[in-house]
Amino acid sequence: MQDSQVHADNTAHSVHEEHPAYLRHHFNSAEQQADAAGFAMWLFLLTEVMFFGGLFTAYLVYRNWYYPAFVSGSHQLNVVWGATNTVVLIFSSFTMAMGVWCAQTRRRRGLVLSLALTFILGLSFLGIKTIEYREKIEKHHVPGFHYSLQSFLDPQSDPEVYAEYHDKALEPDMARHTELYFSLYFLMTGMHALHMIIGIGILGFMILRAWAGAYTAGHETFVVNFGLYWHFIDIVWIYLFALLYLISRHQ
Amino acid sequence: MSEHTIVSLPDQATARIPKDNYITRENGLLSWLLTSDHKRIAILYLISITFFFFIGGALAGLIRLELLTPQTDLMATDTYNKVFTMHGIIMIFFFLVPSVPATLGNFFIPMMIGAKDLALPRINLLSWYLYIAGGLLALYTMTVGGVDTGWTFTTPLSTHYVNTNVLTTGLAAFIAGFSSIFTGLNFIVTIHKMRAPGMTWFRLPLFIWANYAASILMVLATPVVAIAIVLIALERTLGIGVFDPTKGGDPLLFQHLFWFYSHPAVYIMILPGMGVISEVISTFSRKRVFGYTAVAFSSVAIAVFGFFVWAHHMFIMGISNYAVLVFSLLTMLVAVPSAIKIFNWTFTLYKGSITFETPMLYAFGFLGLFTIGGMTGVFLGSSGTDIHLTETYFIVAHFHFVMVGGMLMAFLAGIHFWWPKMTGRMYPEKISQMAAVITFVGFNLTFFPQFILGMLGMPRRYASYPPEFQILNVFSTAGATILGVGYLLPVLYLIWSLRYGAIAGDNPWQATGLEWQTQSPPLTENFAVMPVMDHEAYDYEWLEKQQQAQKETGEASAG
Repeated sequence: MQDSQVHADNTAHSVHEEHPAYLRHHFNSAEQQADAAGFAMWLFLLTEVMFFGGLFTAYLVYRNWYYPAFVSGSHQLNVVWGATNTVVLIFSSFTMAMGVWCAQTRRRRGLVLSLALTFILGLSFLGIKTIEYREKIEKHHVPGFHYSLQSFLDPQSDPEVYAEYHDKALEPDMARHTELYFSLYFLMTGMHALHMIIGIGILGFMILRAWAGAYTAGHETFVVNFGLYWHFIDIVWIYLFALLYLISRHQ
Repeated sequence: MSEHTIVSLPDQATARIPKDNYITRENGLLSWLLTSDHKRIAILYLISITFFFFIGGALAGLIRLELLTPQTDLMATDTYNKVFTMHGIIMIFFFLVPSVPATLGNFFIPMMIGAKDLALPRINLLSWYLYIAGGLLALYTMTVGGVDTGWTFTTPLSTHYVNTNVLTTGLAAFIAGFSSIFTGLNFIVTIHKMRAPGMTWFRLPLFIWANYAASILMVLATPVVAIAIVLIALERTLGIGVFDPTKGGDPLLFQHLFWFYSHPAVYIMILPGMGVISEVISTFSRKRVFGYTAVAFSSVAIAVFGFFVWAHHMFIMGISNYAVLVFSLLTMLVAVPSAIKIFNWTFTLYKGSITFETPMLYAFGFLGLFTIGGMTGVFLGSSGTDIHLTETYFIVAHFHFVMVGGMLMAFLAGIHFWWPKMTGRMYPEKISQMAAVITFVGFNLTFFPQFILGMLGMPRRYASYPPEFQILNVFSTAGATILGVGYLLPVLYLIWSLRYGAIAGDNPWQATGLEWQTQSPPLTENFAVMPVMDHEAYDYEWLEKQQQAQKETGEASAG
């Protein structure tokens, strides 16, 4: 019995050596390995959907309860910057998709270029987000001790927004709930930005590896799966843009 | 060579521990801490969850000791609050949730489906490290003063009114949550993508089905509690108002988000245990599990229904009467798949050749205690009785019957059942049978009086109680002492058996699963030759034929 096992071990070993270097020992074939990794990535994205789902639930409930506060709160957001960011992010999804294609067709330079563009576009998104956050801080719209109801109790004190929407003053009770709107705004966009930051970090790592040719030798699983993650963040933003910026524009 | 399943029924009397196995392949502490072998990670988990179990158990001991007398004499009331909170947090997040999946599941899911490892071995190791990080953070919290919100982190208590370590405890639960997400994700991918040739979905052992269903819950429900904990942390630190009524937030939303995880979490805890029971009952009755398909689908049904019952934790929290009606109905529906399992296990016993080895004794304990725990769950699911019984000791008794009487019994059944495979040695049979009986007696003495206390109206979570409840509380504390002995014994004799236990051989139970068709302890790559599954699960008739054939060839070669 002992002998037969040793023998079996040796055969297992010799089979192992025929496999490409990236194939991990517990998989039978490269297809199985790529399949498993892709499936795992989709499941991970499912957990992400559930993670953001809790926030979306909170948003939907409170928007129904405190509708006027949510409309006035939404009018404080800068649609131009929001739309710019949407374009930036969708374009970064395009460059990411190009990256995946380059990896699959083994174009090393194309891959590095696509990833670098994605990296820059991701940083631009965060930059624009910072400008938007700064506006909120200046207007004291960050929830917490310094939160100010001024723009909602007296809309004319905020001439730019008033000129665009002509919002009526909110009752003090309702105005208080704008803080909830901004809580959710910062939570949802902040959580999204956190995912962007993680993504940009991984992109940096990937650019170095791609330069060394790691993904253009037939093993592009990592790029493909990261692409899925990047597109997922993109989709989350599209929902956020619609729910936070656009939905209340004509109310 | 690989066109048939390896039949491995060697004589136990002449068995030896094979020189090359997953324990001896590499040596040194680092070879364990950096391993990606699912079996070694399972052992790491086994050691760590046992450690946390005894910490949680010591806290339980303190609770029972305080409740021995009606006055608060052992500890101050706020200390008592911290003790029962930490008992809950440690037992739930650091023992019950990972218990069967992370140890037995990690070890046996790849072996049962004929794979060399889980699909994502490094993620598997990562999930152990996350578990340890979360666990150490929880221990740190205990040493710097603990937390007293109850394990449910109820708002606005946790966000506004307590001044204890909510943040570190929350972070500990958050990290442990990701450990459990990664385990679940890994199991689902493995079961989908790594099955051996011929291992179709309906040839999978029921342990796999049960873990698959639990994994779905882990993957879908855990992120929701993660975000709920994040919201609590931000509300405490930054003052956002999602759960704060003064800003228009609603504490009930927290309950929804929290129980959207924490009710399915109950099934995360019990489903893998049910999987163990299917294996044990089938093996020790020498019969295929009655109604295999029904038992398999009832696991999935429990997982699916489990998602739609969370609001029964809020019957007295001001949700609408219509919601109560719907959630009450849905709650009772979960009893159906659970009952299907119980009935099918019972029918498996019918006309089986039953033997009473230790795992089977624990499995019998599970059947009885889980049935009582499940039935009292129906009391609590119907809103009328719930309003009377909620927040009393009836609830405490109910979930301890399910979690301790059910899950812990199943865990011990599984540990004894697979111990020979994991270590290559048998546990001592007589003393372990005795431990199983002691556990059963101790358990009933501890928790049955609590049903009565609850019916009489003794509220939970108080350090003192009216003197007329003392006699039942004394029973309960006495039972807890016996239970403690019942849990300590296995640790002692299992450690003893590592050195002095009888050599087990490949298949001491003459069971059919693929995990028994390789050496004990297994090779690092599990199987010397890739197995091919060519028969149904639990096919004891097939096994008998194999044995017969083996005997005949033996006689022929001898002749």
